[in-house]
Amino acid sequence: MSSNTRIRLLIILAVILVCIYGIIGLPTSKAELVDNWKKNIRLGTDLRGGSSLVMEIQMQDAFKGEADTVIQRLRDELTKASIPFTDLSRNDPTFEAASKIQVNITGIPGTKAGDFRMIVNDNFGSVWIMTTVNETDYRLTLKPSEALRIRADTLTQCMNVIEKKINSYGLAESSVQQRGESQILVTLPGVDDPARIKQNLKTAAILELYEVQGGPFASREEAMQSKNGILPLSSQILPSAVRGGSPAEFYILARTPVVRGQDLRDAKPVQNSQSGGWETNFVLTQDAAKRFERFTGAHIRDRLAIVLDKKVLSAPTIEAKISDNGVITNLGGHDEAADLALNLRAGSLPASLEYLDERSVGPSLGADSIRQGLVSGVAGVIAVVTLMLIYYKRSGINATLALILNALILIAVLSYAEAVLTLPGIAGIILTIGMAVDSNVLIFERIREELRAGKAVVAAVEAGFGKAFLTIIDTHVTTIVSCCFLFLFGTGPVKGFAVTLVIGLFANVFTAVFVSRTIFNWELAGQKRAVTLSI
Amino acid sequence: MELFKNTNFDFLGKKWPFIGLSLVLTAAGWISIATKGMRYGIDFKGGAEMKLRFAQEPPVQKIRSALENKLPGEISVQQISGKPEVLIETEIKDEKELNANRQLIDDTLRGMFDSSASGMIDVNNSSSTELAERLRGPLQQAGVPLSEQDLQDLCAAISAYRADHGGILSSADELAGVKGVTPKVIEVLKANTVLGPFTILSTDVVGPKIGAELRRQAVLATLYALGGMLVYIAFRFEWIYGVAAVVAVFHDTLITIGLFSLFNKPISLTVVAALLTLVGYSMNDTIVVFDRIRENLKMVRRESLENVINLSINQTLSRTVLTSGLTLLTALALWLFGGEVLNGFSFALVAGIIVGTYSSIFIASPILVFWQNFRGTGKPVVAAPPTRETASQRKAMRG
Repeated sequence: MSSNTRIRLLIILAVILVCIYGIIGLPTSKAELVDNWKKNIRLGTDLRGGSSLVMEIQMQDAFKGEADTVIQRLRDELTKASIPFTDLSRNDPTFEAASKIQVNITGIPGTKAGDFRMIVNDNFGSVWIMTTVNETDYRLTLKPSEALRIRADTLTQCMNVIEKKINSYGLAESSVQQRGESQILVTLPGVDDPARIKQNLKTAAILELYEVQGGPFASREEAMQSKNGILPLSSQILPSAVRGGSPAEFYILARTPVVRGQDLRDAKPVQNSQSGGWETNFVLTQDAAKRFERFTGAHIRDRLAIVLDKKVLSAPTIEAKISDNGVITNLGGHDEAADLALNLRAGSLPASLEYLDERSVGPSLGADSIRQGLVSGVAGVIAVVTLMLIYYKRSGINATLALILNALILIAVLSYAEAVLTLPGIAGIILTIGMAVDSNVLIFERIREELRAGKAVVAAVEAGFGKAFLTIIDTHVTTIVSCCFLFLFGTGPVKGFAVTLVIGLFANVFTAVFVSRTIFNWELAGQKRAVTLSI
Repeated sequence: MELFKNTNFDFLGKKWPFIGLSLVLTAAGWISIATKGMRYGIDFKGGAEMKLRFAQEPPVQKIRSALENKLPGEISVQQISGKPEVLIETEIKDEKELNANRQLIDDTLRGMFDSSASGMIDVNNSSSTELAERLRGPLQQAGVPLSEQDLQDLCAAISAYRADHGGILSSADELAGVKGVTPKVIEVLKANTVLGPFTILSTDVVGPKIGAELRRQAVLATLYALGGMLVYIAFRFEWIYGVAAVVAVFHDTLITIGLFSLFNKPISLTVVAALLTLVGYSMNDTIVVFDRIRENLKMVRRESLENVINLSINQTLSRTVLTSGLTLLTALALWLFGGEVLNGFSFALVAGIIVGTYSSIFIASPILVFWQNFRGTGKPVVAAPPTRETASQRKAMRG
């Protein structure tokens, strides 16, 4: 054996060992081997059962929120500077035109125009651009750079909140990924009925406590009448949460909350020791607790409304000074109390979410798919190997060895790259088996041709590999190019297919060219003067 | 063993019947698309799709009428041939219906089969965590000593057993052999759970927005891939080779899509994946033939291009048939044993590999000849690689 062949064999041996290590690690027992295998070969939700959800962040909500804040602040500033105005309003953009948000200001008298401009410039000039509509009306639009920032911030915040919510379920290997500019992909292995999780992810869960100024009333109109048809600027009317079929009631509440969502430090479900019913306890931050203590101290015997997502849950009377604790009672049961606590802890979403796509696979279908994948894989391998052995005799063994190594490398790379194996991925592996031998066929046919042309065995092998090499590269490049586009455009499982196929093809260049060649060299080196080749 | 030893078929001479066949196939497919329309899977059209497996023969008619009463829009309920499985498809016009729609199907089915009316949990349709949640209390009361870990393991084992046995248990007694299941546990199961007559195998709900987005991306990806091929082949050979190869591959794609319409098979995401793979793979045969044409053009200069191409196809015939045949074998294995989910995918591969092999011989190669005839009759010039250009031109003038 020449030293060249020896080095080649060592390289191949090293590759095999690295691959085997990547797939099963260094097991000391059979159980550990199975364990490592299961850990390293990550199955997608379509194989092990589970769900994947795609949701779209309704970006326009964030933009509207931004505009509302401006309107609120502008109203205060104008009042402070005694600049009169007719109206402050914003438009209502759709998802597609979210960044086309506008704030319209009308009825600023010409004499105050200078002061008005100064106020806007000082307060909002860094974020908004003001244009003059006519002598008394103005329009604010967002700077493009700010629009981008709002989008990016909203996405990050949504991802964070959703991650917190998902993590609190303690599901192993669940993931939250960004998809495009405004979509989030959530993968939940092992969850084949995601209804409850879905509801939770979507819940905004904004908890606020307000001072009650009147109510409950049977209707909004009735509430208005109690104030003689004019609602004071500092008040608002909110409906109660509908529970058990009773109609909603309406409360008049202060406009600014005593406690806001971000004032919460913790929330957890507890069982009431007397009634046995489930409640959600919440704890306020230090800062908010001080504020709350002052407020409750000053408002003993007044009522306080607990408002969740703009619906009044309850309006208990303040019996004593409260500092940092509160409780939400009258919940449906453990699940509801736990979900509410979870949503309060995770914080509120800066924009609402809309589900675009939901896919769930039960574990039995996953098990079926694995079985069917295995059967077709085995059938494919047997067919290919049989044909190669019949057609190329001893050289067929060479191709078979290369094929096995190809599959081994493919699986090992998947394991090292922590890629997820999906059903289309399995199809990709099986297809790779068929494509892998293509390279061998190209080489073997070339060698046969050279032999037919009268070349000696060693020279024929040399020429066969040499001439087929470029063709092999060409054929691989075309398939890899189309797989790249598939990867760019595909979602989940289809991406898995593209990845396995590309890895398989790269491994194939190594096995069909390098490994096969080495086996030939080794075989021919054994003969004194190579005169025959079983091909 | 050797097939096709020293063959000498006149492929190009017989090109017309084959080109005719291609045209007929393409036309048939596209007439079918024009009249019947393309059947899209829910990936592309949006909608809800639920697959159920029943313990007995499924009451398809009953399910259909129950759902039609509750759901708006088109509903299709079909039994998967030869299996006690049912595929329910509904349409979704707006993202907002997404949640409601799925829930409605779920509730209707549960209501129909009365599986959880008693308030008991249906083992055939619950995950191991749900099961653990519901059995914790009853098991404690029955005096089965279990730690929390034991309980989780027990429920996971029950779920795994169910998954391995088709997803449906018909009696709690079946579980007797499962690790951790004692007669006492079976008793508790019998008293506290029911076994519904069906299990939900999978649910896909896709909003129309994503559907439209995916449709656009699928077309773009295919076109980009074809463009990529064109550039690569043009770079490695000459631009007319690139055009010929891409026309051939495009032809394969058209025929395969046409076949989907003819056989009324839905186009799904995985089918597009198969089509894109074919775009790359069909190229392989074409490249092998083109490689040989280029090589032969360098050596035999006195022959006409037509003869050189014929010679090249004959020389590479055995590898063309063998490589395609081997890949076809694996695609066939997938088609036969890969199951329902991969059916469309493997069908596209099987059809595409066959069409692709034939098109590299009867579509791609004739285009080279057509081009040469178009440029000027009888000049055996076209193709040699750029470096050979001058030599062949010189020869052309002499000839």
